[in-house]
Amino acid sequence: MWFRIGGLQAARAPMENLVEIKDVSFSYDVRPVLTGINMTVPRGKVVSIMGLSGCGKTTLLRLIGGVLKPTRGEVRVAGRVMHKLGQDELYEMRRKMGMLFQFGALFTDLSVFDNVAFQMREHAELPEAMVHDLVMMKLHAVGLRGAQALMPSELSGGMARRVALARAIALDPMLIMYDEPFTGLDPISMGVISNLIRRLNDALGATSIVVTHDVQETLRIVDYVYFMSEGAVVTQGTPEEIRRSETPFVHQFVWGEMDGPMPFHYPGSSYAGDLALEAAGA
Amino acid sequence: MPERAAKNLRSIGHQAVNGVWRLGYASRFFLLTLLRSAISFRRFRLTVKEIYFTGVLSLIIIIVSGLFVGMVLGLQGYETLQKYGSSEAVGTLVALSLTRELGPVVAALLFASRAGSAMTAEIGLMKATEQISAMEMMAVDPIARVVGPRFWGGVISMPLLAAMFSAVGVFGGYLIAVVLIGVDEGAFWSQMQSAVDFRQDIVNGVIKSVVFGVAVTAIALFEGYDAPPTAEGVSGATTRTVVTSSLAILGLDFVLTAFMFTGV
Repeated sequence: MWFRIGGLQAARAPMENLVEIKDVSFSYDVRPVLTGINMTVPRGKVVSIMGLSGCGKTTLLRLIGGVLKPTRGEVRVAGRVMHKLGQDELYEMRRKMGMLFQFGALFTDLSVFDNVAFQMREHAELPEAMVHDLVMMKLHAVGLRGAQALMPSELSGGMARRVALARAIALDPMLIMYDEPFTGLDPISMGVISNLIRRLNDALGATSIVVTHDVQETLRIVDYVYFMSEGAVVTQGTPEEIRRSETPFVHQFVWGEMDGPMPFHYPGSSYAGDLALEAAGA
Repeated sequence: MPERAAKNLRSIGHQAVNGVWRLGYASRFFLLTLLRSAISFRRFRLTVKEIYFTGVLSLIIIIVSGLFVGMVLGLQGYETLQKYGSSEAVGTLVALSLTRELGPVVAALLFASRAGSAMTAEIGLMKATEQISAMEMMAVDPIARVVGPRFWGGVISMPLLAAMFSAVGVFGGYLIAVVLIGVDEGAFWSQMQSAVDFRQDIVNGVIKSVVFGVAVTAIALFEGYDAPPTAEGVSGATTRTVVTSSLAILGLDFVLTAFMFTGV
């Protein structure tokens, strides 16, 4: 195996936190999405945020990226409070971040090569020969050097996600965020992407946050897990602690049980009532 | 009954507030587009690319429409003018109609349908597929990088397309009046030359087409940028672009004509 989580943890001394989320709440209009979130992401680690769809995971990533502002609390990245930054400072911070979107979000009018080169051309006035070499290195890292001339419409879902990953690491970011990186992928592509997340994080000396609900694939590669439900952190721990957790919600989630604290049926009126049996009985 | 009236009143008030809010948002968007236009000129190849998409790719529809409009003007003009014994003035009629009104207005309507709708759909889909968000996360300002070059591409293309429309239209009028019907060629061109004033007719036509270019492109870009990120949202935005642009063109044309040609 090309990495060992245990060995990695032992090799790294405790480090300062790259991301610190303190008592963060957020609402869309009057609808609360996050309430009192506290999290830390140490430098060099791969941390996962798990939870059901709609529990606020992606919103949390947007808060970390400074796209949204918390209604209470603060998000610090590398010691800087994101929502207090001006536009120039915010963009300066984002140049040190990479983000992989759920379906890649590749620029459809640009080739694979130009997608990966996009940030280099926008932010760094590098000679084109150097841009070429850097793009080749990034594409080689994700195994798609041969696909450089293809357009996004010619890529499979897994390939598009790998190109987006190459684009996310184009400027060697200190923080890489992954928004549902495994959605819609076949098992082989899923394995490739998960291995790349871990390997690139370690090779670049970066820090990664993986927002996902693919439990087994994620527990294999991450150092620490936060579990969210209904906008709050319900539990946290190492992958092994999560696997052994007896918390009903976590147990149901990790082992994919049909019923539990999260009921199978969406709340509604009684079944008998909907079938007009109560009236008939009366 | 009073409850229903109150509900209707609330609905009207809500729509009015929304309308004002949207107008303010659109004005802010337009202002930001202008303020962040430096990249469109510093990296002019981005704007040239958009001139190609909005201008060059609209040429077919502009040329074909211009030719037919000119031919119809030639036919209708000749039919009317010959009753008064001044069929040689058909060249003047065709040229003035095209340079003053039909060139800028019809070219702008075609531009809104072909290029404006395409711009809205493209930006709306970029938003729906998170390309705009990805750009923001890469510390690239989408208004400067995506909207700016498209805006200036549209503004530069529009007067050129209108000029092309008018030129081809005059040629269409010539084909019908001179080649087909047999109006004297010398009279056709010389009357046109003496009647069309460069400043009054040509320059005012160009000013109109620039104003229409700004209006159509700004509406198309705003609708795309503001579109809800769903299939329904993008299709609705595309429809709004064509409808709003067309109404804006016709309304602005009336105002501009009143100022330019009637001395209001």
